[in-house]
Amino acid sequence: MSKREKLRKERDYDAYVKQKTPKPTYLKNVIWAFCVGGLICVLGQFITNVFENMNMSEKDVSTARTIILIFLGAFFTGIGVYDKLGKRAGAGSIVPITGFANSIVAPAMEFKREGYIFGIGAKMFILAGPVLVYGFGSSVLVGLIYLLINK
Amino acid sequence: MEYIRAFVVGGVICIIGQLLIDGTKLTSAHVLVLFVTLGVVLTAIGVYEPIVKYGGAGATVPLPGFGYALAKGAIKGAKEGGILGAFTGGVESGAGGVAAAVVFGYLMAVIFNPKTKN
Repeated sequence: MSKREKLRKERDYDAYVKQKTPKPTYLKNVIWAFCVGGLICVLGQFITNVFENMNMSEKDVSTARTIILIFLGAFFTGIGVYDKLGKRAGAGSIVPITGFANSIVAPAMEFKREGYIFGIGAKMFILAGPVLVYGFGSSVLVGLIYLLINK
Repeated sequence: MEYIRAFVVGGVICIIGQLLIDGTKLTSAHVLVLFVTLGVVLTAIGVYEPIVKYGGAGATVPLPGFGYALAKGAIKGAKEGGILGAFTGGVESGAGGVAAAVVFGYLMAVIFNPKTKN
């Protein structure tokens, strides 16, 4: 096969791939993400209001709300509902804190057969690990920079 | 009214995430990491606090809100406890969520099995 022929074939193939790759349905995805993400936040607001009426401090309210939402995210992932929702909702189910719980439970369940240490114990952090590394890391950095500026 | 604000602010943050996933080469894992870090940075430069004031849970429930809690804790820690506080402050204010994620995540993974995909 001559070089030119080969190049032409490659170009044809690229065009073919481009044509066959499904285009993301932007508008539909955005509407789903907005509605589902928004509703999860409304649930969070409801939980916040309930605890605020119990005269808890702002910090305690925030911790309690996070714990409850994480429980719900983990539970609904366990019974298989959350991932079904996630197929349509996309970022609407990933970005809220319930999605963080989902990112722990889903791989942990998937790798259960590899055992309780290297299966569940290790794989539950396959996505949550990076989040904690960069979250904790940058927060310590912010604290140190704050000290430097205010010295 | 605060429910509507929470809905809109939370929804818009999710839209940004969706556009990043659909429009760029970033995966959902990238978006998770990016949003938490962004939450920390935006809080540090004072941009995220007003969003939280306006949107309530709409700003604190999405992952940048987790970053917001971390950064706020780190700054408060640094203010009160110097270098030690800078190290412990952020992790402390995220501790409840992380502990819950570990405990419930482990329990659910032990109890339930993945649903077979059709």
